Amino acid sequence: MKKVNQKLAYCALFTGLMLFVISCKPKSSGDVVGKEAASKVYVQPGQYDEIYNFVSGGFSGQVSVYGIPSGRLLRVIPVFSVDPEKGWGYSEETKPMLNTSHGEIPWGDQHHLDLSQTNGEIDGRWLFANENNTPRVARIDLKTFRTAEIIEIPNSAGNHSSPFITENTEYVVAGTRFSVPMDYENGDVPIDSYKKNFKGTLSFISVAPTTGEMSLSFQLLLPGMNFDLSHSGKGPSSGWFFFSTYNSEQAHTLLEVNASKRDKDYILAVNWKKAEEYFKSGKGKKVPVKYAHNVYSDETHSATSNMINETTIIDAKDVPGLVYMIPCPKSPHGCDVDPSGEYIIGSGKLAALIPVFSFAKIQQAIDKKDFDGDYGGIPVIKYESALHGEVKKPGLGPLHTEFDEKGNAYTTFFISSEIVKWRLKDLQILDRQPTFYSPGHLVIPGGDTKKPYGKYLIAYNKITKDRYLPTGPELAQSAQLFDISGDKMKLLADYPSIGEPHYAQAVPASLISKNSLKIFKLENNKHPFVTLGEKESKVVREGNKVHVYATAIRSHFSPDNIEGVRVGDEVYFHITNLEQDWDVPHGFAVKGAKNAELLVMPGETQTLKWVPEKPGIFPIYCTDFCSALHQEMQGYVRVSPAGSNTPLTFSLGKNSSEADSILTK
Amino acid sequence: MKYNISQGKLSVAQKLLLLLSAIGLVFVLILPLWRIELAAPQYPEGLVLTMYPHKLAGDVDIINGLNHYIGMKTLHTPDFLEFSVLPYIIGFFIACCILVALTNRQKYLRWLVIGFILFGIIAMVDFYRWNYAYGHNLNPNAAIQVPGMSYQPPLIGYKKLLNFGAYSIPDKGGWIFIGSGILLLMAMLLPTFSSKKHVQV
Repeated sequence: MKKVNQKLAYCALFTGLMLFVISCKPKSSGDVVGKEAASKVYVQPGQYDEIYNFVSGGFSGQVSVYGIPSGRLLRVIPVFSVDPEKGWGYSEETKPMLNTSHGEIPWGDQHHLDLSQTNGEIDGRWLFANENNTPRVARIDLKTFRTAEIIEIPNSAGNHSSPFITENTEYVVAGTRFSVPMDYENGDVPIDSYKKNFKGTLSFISVAPTTGEMSLSFQLLLPGMNFDLSHSGKGPSSGWFFFSTYNSEQAHTLLEVNASKRDKDYILAVNWKKAEEYFKSGKGKKVPVKYAHNVYSDETHSATSNMINETTIIDAKDVPGLVYMIPCPKSPHGCDVDPSGEYIIGSGKLAALIPVFSFAKIQQAIDKKDFDGDYGGIPVIKYESALHGEVKKPGLGPLHTEFDEKGNAYTTFFISSEIVKWRLKDLQILDRQPTFYSPGHLVIPGGDTKKPYGKYLIAYNKITKDRYLPTGPELAQSAQLFDISGDKMKLLADYPSIGEPHYAQAVPASLISKNSLKIFKLENNKHPFVTLGEKESKVVREGNKVHVYATAIRSHFSPDNIEGVRVGDEVYFHITNLEQDWDVPHGFAVKGAKNAELLVMPGETQTLKWVPEKPGIFPIYCTDFCSALHQEMQGYVRVSPAGSNTPLTFSLGKNSSEADSILTK
Repeated sequence: MKYNISQGKLSVAQKLLLLLSAIGLVFVLILPLWRIELAAPQYPEGLVLTMYPHKLAGDVDIINGLNHYIGMKTLHTPDFLEFSVLPYIIGFFIACCILVALTNRQKYLRWLVIGFILFGIIAMVDFYRWNYAYGHNLNPNAAIQVPGMSYQPPLIGYKKLLNFGAYSIPDKGGWIFIGSGILLLMAMLLPTFSSKKHVQV
């Protein structure tokens, strides 16, 4: 009996211990989210979201647009990668957009976005996007949500610290991640001659104030290292640009180890106003290069690609007062400037603190020449002289910081997988919330401008694992929405995203929705192959080229029967959508085309090239469910053998005389 | 005492009403007279066909595009003689209002009112005729054919036509036109009312 009691006592003790252990298990996000979160992300059917959220697509090469707080995907804008769904990079009109000095490139790696600003506030006109792999910068027109322009960056590799803009969108910057030998020098050098032959550049692309058209103004030449991220100054620091750098060790192999040796790398402070003056006075070295500049016109509905052969290089060490370096701990990544323009936050990927630099102190140090030697001929400001203070024990692995309008900063921590809210004034930590898992970038609407809208924060996590229903080894990336209107951050929702998001932008919707275009006006269509009415539709042969001037309107193409095409011909279907009503696109596809479809918006003309390889009958049809009789929107092309003398004919709604004669027999 | 209205002269109040009516009609010349609003599940924002004295306006092209499914003839301003005549008729009534005020005779005012009302009735009959013609004379090869279905819009008020709800009402100019008519009628009846009052006293 006694033994039984003892056993019971042990059992009780064991159960108690187990319960204790279970209760000690860290809480998951399921416990973190309160019931009220649901109502905060619920947008009633038919209602609009409060915020447009533009999210970089990373290795997808595209930009996606979400509504916040619902997290609903609104559109994927093709930018650097072909998109057969929209004909981007497949239609004759869009192919030149992907042209580079290396030829047409079907893919890009899109990391960062910046919305155009006026007086340091988002003006809702354009969105700039960078491409890492083959350095390029794109401008997206927010009237059409389409890529309007792409410019290639010469003398660059890994265009990472881009496309950050100045306060009035005077310039978009593009800094090299990889230092490389310059395009105008012999690049066939041993890799281990890095220290001698490899250089970095920071490119300044001017933006025309009314049209937005980009033009590469000048490039600052800097010692070889890795330039990572950047942000423009504002307010008092207007006229300056800040860049984070790593690999000041100048390693060219096993950077994981070799570029992490030094205790500090640098934040670069660039007086771009001074560089601009220098450039405008005609100084700098003109060097031969080759880069593409591609512009899309909403009037001709076509892109043109121009190759440019020269650029201006300004060697930073030759111009005193142009560039200064500020030591920053442990391979800094994020380089963020607060809304007042006074504080610059550098985030060392491996650091356990966040240094906050003061623009006023940087200026004092420059005046007093408070330098600690130089790096490649560029003065290095003493760390302590530039420092406002350090945020102590914030977490591990700070990456990026955004700001609200109340003087607070929000920093992501990759290694400790959390977001930490801290106060700029006294560098006190106010709150920390876990993310799931390991956030990279984060965004607050207007969070890198003078006027943040600190209601929401979105973290873009690098690891997804168990957040959603599993989809095999490949998972979508996970974004997490927080409510930051109160003292404590509150997790509201998770949602999967396109590609691998890096930086993002967000803005109250009204600034952009009011300008959104509904249709292209047919009367403004200046496409060289436009067909302004069914009566104008025709098929014209020029040697082995066959131009089909076709129209699309609910629910037929004109013409829809074409004969006399021969094997080996280059057939160009120029489809003009005659609709002038909102949301009535027509699609176009032809059997066997080694190409994609076209999606033609109302009032637009787009061209699909097709080279038939065998005789026969090839159906064409509308691919976008346009109307009740969409399934009737179809036609045929007859392809005869090469050299055949089948006459070139086209028709709509009637039989050819040849057909009639066969039918009457 | 029998007061002979037709022989009397116009009071100041009557002249003012005539003038107001003329001013109103000037606005009728430039404002839309009538509107047919259309709503369908696919058109939550609605489509509208507006009729000015001199032209058709609104979403004419879109409506024409949609009407081809049911085989309705497309609408074009030059197809209607009315749009070239209406501005002159309204101009004529403006001139009449002023002339009646100047000639200063109750008799002419009565003729004007009768003429104005007659014109209103004829205009509505004409509008009904066109509605009937467009609603019934359909292309026999139309894609959508519903046996027994016609697409005549309502003369005034609401009617459901397949997936579209059609709402036919006077537009700004139409309301002002009606207002001008009421002003003229008031002007005509004013002496009757005042004479009745007189008798009572």
